[in-house]
Amino acid sequence: MVDFVGWEMPVQYESALQEHQAVRAAVGLFDVSHMGRVRFKGPRALDTIQKVTCNDAAKLADGQAQYSALLTESGGFIDDIVVHRLKQDEFMICVNASNRERDVRWFLDHRLGDTEIADESEASAQIAVQGPKALEVLQPMTDVPLGEIKYYWFRMGAVDKVPCLIARTGYTGEDGFELYLPAEAAERIWNLILERGSAIGARPAGLAARNTLRLEMKYALYGNDIDETTSPWEAGLGWIVKLAKGDFVGKPVLETQKQAGVSRKLVGFELIDRGIARDHCPVLVDGNPMGHVTSGSYSPSLQKSIGLAYLPVDRSAVGARFKVDVRGKMLEAGVVETPFYRRK
Amino acid sequence: MNVPKDLFYTKEHEWISVKDDTGVVGITDHAQKELGDVVYVDLPEAGSRFETGEAFGSVESVKAVSEVYSPVTGRILEVNSSLSDAPETINQDPYVKGWMVRVKLEDSTELHNLMSADDYKRYLEEELGE
Repeated sequence: MVDFVGWEMPVQYESALQEHQAVRAAVGLFDVSHMGRVRFKGPRALDTIQKVTCNDAAKLADGQAQYSALLTESGGFIDDIVVHRLKQDEFMICVNASNRERDVRWFLDHRLGDTEIADESEASAQIAVQGPKALEVLQPMTDVPLGEIKYYWFRMGAVDKVPCLIARTGYTGEDGFELYLPAEAAERIWNLILERGSAIGARPAGLAARNTLRLEMKYALYGNDIDETTSPWEAGLGWIVKLAKGDFVGKPVLETQKQAGVSRKLVGFELIDRGIARDHCPVLVDGNPMGHVTSGSYSPSLQKSIGLAYLPVDRSAVGARFKVDVRGKMLEAGVVETPFYRRK
Repeated sequence: MNVPKDLFYTKEHEWISVKDDTGVVGITDHAQKELGDVVYVDLPEAGSRFETGEAFGSVESVKAVSEVYSPVTGRILEVNSSLSDAPETINQDPYVKGWMVRVKLEDSTELHNLMSADDYKRYLEEELGE
């Protein structure tokens, strides 16, 4: 177990490799209750969300979710989030555990009208059921026709009589669902899913598998790949920036950056030499220091060393070579297409 | 915890078996369990020389990297090259098929500084609460 911003969480239950493979081949269960869940309610809830996020939440319909971000005035990431629209005037935003308190303060500081902003993280839990067999495991426990929920949509419904928000979202690159449910019911539902799913290979998965799964998809990890010093344009997340939607925090700087262009870009790489490049290993381009590996690990699916790093834009094309300093050894790396892994 | 009788052990969880002036070195069952699934093993060149306590290689799992330190001073005679294709051997059989290097001892009195199986068991119990 490790301490993760005050939450005691397992790095692995038994084997990080097997947990990773269970998600790719069958189904894995992640207790992601450490994530923050914040409810917005009121006639100006949408206006408030539009003001503090860069994606266009006005495009959402009831039951739809959207990946978005909170930015500073200078266009850096405060957090990356998922916005769920329950009703026209009610939203639930899922935020990173490490940023939760700051996000909530940020929301309150930018609140418009008398929008109700409630941090429901402690009273609620979140279970991610991920993998090609996620639907098969969950469907017998709910009347909600899960197959009808499209990617990044959700339904309200009961899972074994427990009221849940059932979202077809995840952080693994596989099909799957995230269940948002009352904290007091979480343990029973967790055990029930494991029990019912064990026959088809369901198993609990820890932080290590969660990390390798998301890295194979090039999904950003806050604090590693994105933070206050990185802009969405650099991080390859320009697709969540909607400059045409109206005013929002960070917009003027993002407009300037877009016109001027950015000088570095987050790329995916593989090590060509033998070894494993890990988080924080220094990166060298033509012998010059160029930051460090923001995320690096062995990829269980590709059986290679993969990672992410910010490279100068003119040296970031697929095939470009650079060096990674792995505990004093200068290892050759090459930029590759991302995502690293593609679902079969 | 599997701690074979006839080996010597270090506090960093390496083992060495010695015959005449030649030693075979690997990591212990405890070490492989702590590390988890081994996915990469870095071994030295045959012929290179290491002092006692010097890192001669590393063993990496999905989640962590662990340096492996030489229990004795000496020159590497041979490395277990099968580990590069099958690093998981270290998890499956840390004391036999999972050996890492064969080393020519320069000073066999150094073995007196290492732990016996009983010492190492006690060390695991006392120091690590096993």
